[in-house]
Amino acid sequence: MSKKKKNAEVKNKIKILKKRQPNRSRIGDFFVYLFLFLVAVAMVFPLVYAVNSALKPLDELFMFPPKIFAQNPTLDNFSDLFVTMGKSWVTFSRYIFNTVFITFVGTVGHLIIASMGAFVLAKYDFPGGKMFFNLVTVALMFSGYVTAIPNYLIINALGWIDTYWAIIIPSFAAPIGLFLMKQFMEGLPMSLIEAAKIDGASEWTVFMRIVMPNVKPAWLTLIIFQVQGLWNNRASTFIYSEEKKTLVYALQQVQSGGIARTGQAAAVTVIVMIVPIIIFILSESQILETMASSGLKD
Amino acid sequence: MKEYIKKYFILRRHNFEVNVKKAKRSKMCYLFLAPYAILFTMFYIVPVVSSIFLSFTYYNILESPTFVGLQNYISLILEDDIFLTGVKNTFMIAVITGPLGYIMSFLFAWLINEIPRWIRTIAIVVFYAPSIAGNVFVIFSIFFRGDAYGYVNAFLMSWGITDAPILWLTNPTYMLPICMIVILWMSLGTGFLSFVAGLQGIDKSQYEAGYMDGIKNRWQELWFITLPNMKPMLMFGAVMAITQSFGVCDVTMQLCGYPSTDYAARTVVTHLFDYGYSRFEMGYASAIATLLFLIMILCNKAIQSLLRRVGT
Repeated sequence: MSKKKKNAEVKNKIKILKKRQPNRSRIGDFFVYLFLFLVAVAMVFPLVYAVNSALKPLDELFMFPPKIFAQNPTLDNFSDLFVTMGKSWVTFSRYIFNTVFITFVGTVGHLIIASMGAFVLAKYDFPGGKMFFNLVTVALMFSGYVTAIPNYLIINALGWIDTYWAIIIPSFAAPIGLFLMKQFMEGLPMSLIEAAKIDGASEWTVFMRIVMPNVKPAWLTLIIFQVQGLWNNRASTFIYSEEKKTLVYALQQVQSGGIARTGQAAAVTVIVMIVPIIIFILSESQILETMASSGLKD
Repeated sequence: MKEYIKKYFILRRHNFEVNVKKAKRSKMCYLFLAPYAILFTMFYIVPVVSSIFLSFTYYNILESPTFVGLQNYISLILEDDIFLTGVKNTFMIAVITGPLGYIMSFLFAWLINEIPRWIRTIAIVVFYAPSIAGNVFVIFSIFFRGDAYGYVNAFLMSWGITDAPILWLTNPTYMLPICMIVILWMSLGTGFLSFVAGLQGIDKSQYEAGYMDGIKNRWQELWFITLPNMKPMLMFGAVMAITQSFGVCDVTMQLCGYPSTDYAARTVVTHLFDYGYSRFEMGYASAIATLLFLIMILCNKAIQSLLRRVGT
């Protein structure tokens, strides 16, 4: 190859590298964006529809042909819902308290317990550790239904039926939390921990002062998964006293109130879905940071 | 030969002693792990083991379990037609929505990866929201309502495609496909997030090296660089997809009713629900759970060995 030709080739390659995205054609990009946009619209449509029907006044809800967007949006459905809930003999605030209590205690407890386990699994090599972690990865596959019946029997034997603990304590052991936390903690440099130990810190101080502050993104991820599970938990098999029922359960009782409650039912749907979505939006970047280490190595 | 066996046992004993010593030195580790390990054993390991045990008994909660051998399994497979319908439906759903949802998760994660940052942030929320939105999917029962007021029926009739409303959620022909659409709508979940995060973490210099080595289009780039880098995430996503697609029951139960017409939307988990919580035949229900569990593990092993070949 002549020198000139070689030079030209190198220049060509540099040109390729300088392009913002090599190997991409304009037309291809256009179709990709168009496709993504159409799918996104289809994905979001049911959610938009749900929000809009919560904002529709009663006459619009039954209009034919139906309109997707509310013409005169009002918050009447939400205020009606509060009136209905206010009339039940268990006050509305009690339901909110139940759910918030369960979600809060369940999330905090899970975060602490799972992080403690994840810390030693990620950073120390001790007999049985690997095996235990493998068991946890297998447990990722148990959809709750497989264990539902024995779980009920165990909780019954413990005497936790009809208490908050029936929902809170099992949720502490959610495998996905430990899994994600462990994978994320593996990225922490060991030298950080050793340095602290040389300075005379105990294991507990290392855990609380060094490890935990460094894995804040993983906290948020565990929190979103846990909140999502607990907030939507109807717990109908474990809790039967009216005053201990969760908000979602109570709301769904309103929802099944027939055609007169159509508007309120729509409002319920929005309340139930909005909380996990908002938490996700607020913590998106941290969650993605954690998920980057979520891979399963064999 | 004898010597080998002797040596083997000496080695085993030595390993054991080393492990015991190690264990003694790492007391702290066990202490840290203990709270989680105890709860995990109580609510994950014991239930699975006891579920396997109960599956060989007749148990109705009131009386103590009596051993019946393989009777539960025999009646499940040979006598219970509804269970077989459930298995068929679950497999249909799993075989279609599982891989499709998985591929969708990856495809959208991959496409999203290239768009500018602020649009990407919004796109992730849009795609992920359906899977965390609780029971919003009941909205679909309004779209697919059986009378002329349902959106889909109204649309089809106004375009003259049908002249009478179709009973989408009570006609066995349409029930499963509609459930599948809804499940696919919700399938961009945890696995999707994992893919998005994994794609952002791939080293850019690998792509540059790839361009130098003559990779010509985005498909080659995908196969030779992106996929091999994503293997661990692909595994994780596969586990999530399998769990979801075999555990389907909420969607079918809430959209098509429980029980559904002709049991056309019955899944394995619905059947488990039926026997566990409506008829209180816990032994029988445990047999269903055990079978489901076995199928899920086998499926997972198969898919993992398949994924190992990606990009090679």
